[in-house]
Amino acid sequence: MKKRLPSFLAVLLCSVSIYTQEYFPQNGGVKTTDNNYKAFTNATIYVTPDKVIEGGTLVIQRGKVVAVGKNVSIPDNSIITDLNGKYIYPSFIDIYSDFGAQKPKRRSSLGRKPQYEASRKGYYWNDHIMPEKETGNHFEFDNSDARELIKYGFGVVNTHIPDGIVRGTGMLVALDIANNYDNRILQQKSTQHLSFAKSIASIQRYPSSLMGAMALIRQLYRDAEWYAGGHSDYKDLSIEALLRNKTLPQIFETGGYQNDLRAAKIAKEFGLNYIFKGGIDEYQRIDKIKATGASFILPLNFPDAYDVSDPMLAQQIALSDMRLWNQAPGNPAAFAAQNIPFAFTLNGLKKHSEFKSKLKRAIDYGLDKTTALKALTTVPAQLLRQEELIGQLNKGSYANFLIASGDIFEPSTTLFENWVLGQRNVVNDMNIKDIRGEYTLSVAGKEYQLTIEGSIAKPTAKLQSGSTKLKTKISYDNGWAHLFFAPKESEGFTRLTTKVQNTDKLEGKAVTDGGAESRWTAVKQNPYANGKKKKSPSIPQQLPITYPNKAYGFAKLPEAKSVLFKNATVWTSEDAGVLENTDVLIKDGKIARIGKDLSASGAEVIDATGKHLTAGIIDEHSHIGTASVNESGHNSSAEVSIEDVVDADQINIFRDLTGGVTTLQILHGSANPIGGKSAIVKLKWGHTADELIYDNSPKFIKFALGENVKQSNWSTRPTVRFPQSRMGVEQVFIDYFQRAKEYAEVKKSGKPYRYDYEMETLVEILEGKRFISCHSYVQSEINMLMKVADKFGFTVNTFTHILEGYKVADKMKAHGVLGASTFSDWWGYKFEVNDAIPYNAAIMESQGLNVAINSDNSEMSRRLNQEAAKAVKYGGVSEEEAWKMVTINPAKMLHIDNRTGSIKEGKDADLVLWNDHPLSVYAVAEKTFIEGALYYDYEQVQKARQDIIREKNILIDQMLAAKNKGMQTQAPKRKVEQDLHCDTEFYGL
Amino acid sequence: MKTINILLFVLCSISLLHAQQTPAPKQQQSILITGATAHIGNGTIIENSAIGFREGKITYAGALSGVSAGDYDRVIDASGKHVYPGFIAVNSTLGLVEIDAVRASDDEGDIGDFLPHVRSIIAHNAESKVIETTRPNGILMAQITPRDGVISGTSSVVQLDAWNWEDAAIKTDDGIHLHWPKAFRLLRRRLTRLASYNPNKNYDKDIQEITDFFAGTKSYLNGNRKPKNLPFEAMEGLFDGSKKLYITANGEREITDAVNFAVDQGVKNIVIIGGNDAWKVADLLKKHQISVAITRSHRQPVSEDSDVKQPFKLARLLDEKGILTGLEMSGSQDRTSTRNLPFYAGTFVGYGLDREKAVQMITLNNAKILGIDHIAGSLETGKDATLFISEGDALDMRTNILSHAFIQGREISLETHQTKLWKRYMGKYEAQK
Repeated sequence: MKKRLPSFLAVLLCSVSIYTQEYFPQNGGVKTTDNNYKAFTNATIYVTPDKVIEGGTLVIQRGKVVAVGKNVSIPDNSIITDLNGKYIYPSFIDIYSDFGAQKPKRRSSLGRKPQYEASRKGYYWNDHIMPEKETGNHFEFDNSDARELIKYGFGVVNTHIPDGIVRGTGMLVALDIANNYDNRILQQKSTQHLSFAKSIASIQRYPSSLMGAMALIRQLYRDAEWYAGGHSDYKDLSIEALLRNKTLPQIFETGGYQNDLRAAKIAKEFGLNYIFKGGIDEYQRIDKIKATGASFILPLNFPDAYDVSDPMLAQQIALSDMRLWNQAPGNPAAFAAQNIPFAFTLNGLKKHSEFKSKLKRAIDYGLDKTTALKALTTVPAQLLRQEELIGQLNKGSYANFLIASGDIFEPSTTLFENWVLGQRNVVNDMNIKDIRGEYTLSVAGKEYQLTIEGSIAKPTAKLQSGSTKLKTKISYDNGWAHLFFAPKESEGFTRLTTKVQNTDKLEGKAVTDGGAESRWTAVKQNPYANGKKKKSPSIPQQLPITYPNKAYGFAKLPEAKSVLFKNATVWTSEDAGVLENTDVLIKDGKIARIGKDLSASGAEVIDATGKHLTAGIIDEHSHIGTASVNESGHNSSAEVSIEDVVDADQINIFRDLTGGVTTLQILHGSANPIGGKSAIVKLKWGHTADELIYDNSPKFIKFALGENVKQSNWSTRPTVRFPQSRMGVEQVFIDYFQRAKEYAEVKKSGKPYRYDYEMETLVEILEGKRFISCHSYVQSEINMLMKVADKFGFTVNTFTHILEGYKVADKMKAHGVLGASTFSDWWGYKFEVNDAIPYNAAIMESQGLNVAINSDNSEMSRRLNQEAAKAVKYGGVSEEEAWKMVTINPAKMLHIDNRTGSIKEGKDADLVLWNDHPLSVYAVAEKTFIEGALYYDYEQVQKARQDIIREKNILIDQMLAAKNKGMQTQAPKRKVEQDLHCDTEFYGL
Repeated sequence: MKTINILLFVLCSISLLHAQQTPAPKQQQSILITGATAHIGNGTIIENSAIGFREGKITYAGALSGVSAGDYDRVIDASGKHVYPGFIAVNSTLGLVEIDAVRASDDEGDIGDFLPHVRSIIAHNAESKVIETTRPNGILMAQITPRDGVISGTSSVVQLDAWNWEDAAIKTDDGIHLHWPKAFRLLRRRLTRLASYNPNKNYDKDIQEITDFFAGTKSYLNGNRKPKNLPFEAMEGLFDGSKKLYITANGEREITDAVNFAVDQGVKNIVIIGGNDAWKVADLLKKHQISVAITRSHRQPVSEDSDVKQPFKLARLLDEKGILTGLEMSGSQDRTSTRNLPFYAGTFVGYGLDREKAVQMITLNNAKILGIDHIAGSLETGKDATLFISEGDALDMRTNILSHAFIQGREISLETHQTKLWKRYMGKYEAQK
């Protein structure tokens, strides 16, 4: 530090004389102006990544490029630097930086009552929406960070405060250490930033989930429209800022392909062009990424190899995690192959120093250097709409450039200087002498062979005495080279030092063991052979991706086939009942024919003798395949939708297929009386979320009653959210439906109205266009909801769980309830399920209700056939009716019985082939078809097990090799998807 | 509907004989069950069998042709039906918690790490409403086990028809339960549902604490034992074989370490509870004749890459290796799931386990694991007449329908508060017609 200070001061003083602004008083000396030119000649100049001039000249003045080209005239008042074949590049831009931005303080919710309201006044009602936040107001130029960035070739950063859902504006800053004044702020408000993550500075609960964040962003845009129309009586500084920021580039931090697609959905709805700050996994679904039409900012934080030296620990690592290590460095190359524009960012790297090696890795994985350079220069400049000024070296642009010894992406290349706004920053001494080569070293009467190699600025040395290798270290600094070694193990070190003059013959002072001083010489025998050992990049063999990209993923997605099942016992789930020795033909994804002795040319024939063919199982109540379940930030969350957060890659989807499940209703949880909208999906493993969701899906919403909504089991703390009693629950419903009714009236009247997603959903319910599936336990509240529905003129479609349905089955029937979806035998886990009995399904069925057996549980979902069988045991339901409880009955209550749920000609070929009576505890699902495509085959999967083991072994070998090479490793870990239930709280990022 | 009415009738008639949940009196009449398929519990069956018992003990178990019906006071014709030894729930918490979410009803664990002196039996509520729901599915005995801590305490084995815990006990203080440290620890991350198991950095230290506790125990027991140390005293039976050491361990490393530890410590009777990876270390288990009570089959595989059917295959894998395998009860809805014990066993059959071996897991094998095989676990002369008659295959939901159940020869009620509610509301709807 002591040493550094004077030089730093010198730079400061120097800069004062150059950049004093015209109208500023000057008391430090006489006022001077620097109008001199600086010319750099004889260089390979990358004016842009596509425009390269060999032997070119670059002329700059007052911080800008004034001329560039092969034959440019150099003004007389120029300081000329002959670059002697060196390379000039535009300096790099990090478009997604938090340079100098103050981090907000985390506010902990520990020990505090939950906060449901905003903590600010005059702003938007949600703390996590902060478009008014300007980075410049929370900024301090960080000299040491700037120096670090300069070292890696960066000249300009677009910085912002990465906190909150709408994060406010970013600021474009030149890393101009020399200048203390504001012209290094290139643009005070350059970008607007968004994400799905809440602010750490506020504990306002809403949104408590990813789907809540999505709904909040949508509502904000609608509110802004309303506000812009002059309809608001109140001032809202957030919305005003949002409206102002509309014209800026919008950068949305997503972090991976699933959230890219989610944000793209919002962009499409509102006609916006987000720039996505993505992740490292987009290559897995690159075609979908391409289809968004968006530009991307990509991080380089490819994972380190796992330390797999302990086999027991190694076997814990998920194949998907191992593949990510193997494949992710190819992410940028995948973008390049698809011509998707992208910029790189340092964001995500543990240290800036990883930049070079990770970028190198991306290039080794096939990213071409031109695209890599664009991603660091022209692309970010264009995304920032500053392409005239930064990211290239045409006349008029800022003099932000790098001087390097050669190709900037080669590891042996030395970066000499990084000029920012025409100010020089020396990274490595450009005039350094290249001492690399092979020498004969003579010292203390002995001769050695000395080889100096590596980079010019940081060379390494090898020393040999005859055939004996000696350990040695060389350092090279400010023109002085120092080298030490021990001639023999028993002896002390011999130290050599020299000020390098003549690189053909190095000579200097030697200090040998015992402190005796003498002279030494090293005579060059062979010059350094640059690129002599140019190895092909050492990257592991890349393993193919599957859909999804994890164990049991498909190399190729299954397609609908024509299949003829011969001689099966067919459980139709229709009036036809169970048909013995029957054939079923499926074609084009549909059930084509059911009959005896069918034949079909071209159809694959499956001998189903002794086997049972059923419709695919439908689980009315599931929480698998979703990133989040509960939006508990408000007592009503009708605005959120599970459809927004379906996660088609979850292993539980595959596990359900192995149990013969083909359709699920993924429900919102039960954390509030009015929950969120459902997703009804087919388990098309390998497809993306939107492809799983039914076309023209019936619309559903989750409601809930009882202990969960009144937060009875949430410890004693949350006592501030209404309702805390069943009495309050009724009032919540009445309040919301009353408001929805009034909202609909205003809407109908043609008067301007504030579009409200929550009210829109509730109006759909009132109009019979959206159906309720209500989590329900005790009879009083079940009755209550039906009465509320009666009052507002709609019907409760489904009661789910409905554990005391047996007590009010008659009333449910009278109300017109379409579905009673219950557990087979769960009880006793809460006070309100004390009277739950396993005879519930049988009693409700006996009273003419349409009964389904559901799971609400990932484990149970994959053996719902067994749960249905319990209806036979408890209450004596017939086997045929019991089977309907997991097929056609749930199909009816989900309004999808015209498509699936039974074996009937014309319906979707969603079928399961069982090796035994499907209600038997011994039955195993052998094949599961969805729309005629085979999504699960027991035998095939047994083989896939072996493939998984083999592939993991390849990856383990690769990782061991990586560790051997000295690459950084991380500790092994076993990834788990935590199970979600009705009452689980996960944000879902 | 017809079936329902018949069932109603059957159940009503039983309830006339026995008031609900009132423990049955001592066996007065000798009873012979004739004509049933008898599942002995040791892997064999006897078609057209006769099972006789008097004064609570089995006096005959064999072919119908080998017994004279006249020797018995009462003959139950069970032709076409099935007789099983009472199923046994190992590592259960029946009667220790009534309602999961009601903290006041929870007595399944206490504070502290080393609690061998804590005894489950005295907290066991023999009148729990959960207990009565297990019996109609054939579960007639259970090991009542404390849950928390490293050594959670001492368990006892009970029968499930008793006025109080004292009457219920059939083997008091049968063993001590040790939860082996996990080599991996679950780390949850904020905002995401993805979590990960990372290597437990304290694994060695955690094991050292157990080692220290055992060392402390032994030196205490070798000394003059003054002043009395309750935890060390409670450990004594482990070294003379009078108490078993039940070690919960699932991973390959944990099981290996646990077994080697317990063997080194001179523990005489070792049982592994859980045993997800036990088949991978079968040789070690066999060498030391260690039995395993595996976790119920209705659970998810441990990882994304795991064989999806692994939990269903585990019993077969262990059986193939010749390990004595039973089935334990811990898991979600710990107590209320107890009635599904036969179905957990049945599920293994679909994935290759012999059907009678599945029965054996929850009868004789579980009895051996608990050290009660001299009085329970199979239909053999001299053992307690703790058995039941099912209309059909008791491992299959559809046919697990009990007509009679006996504990120590006492014919117990198969009524529950749930059957009462069933009848009450069916009655309501019948009356509305």
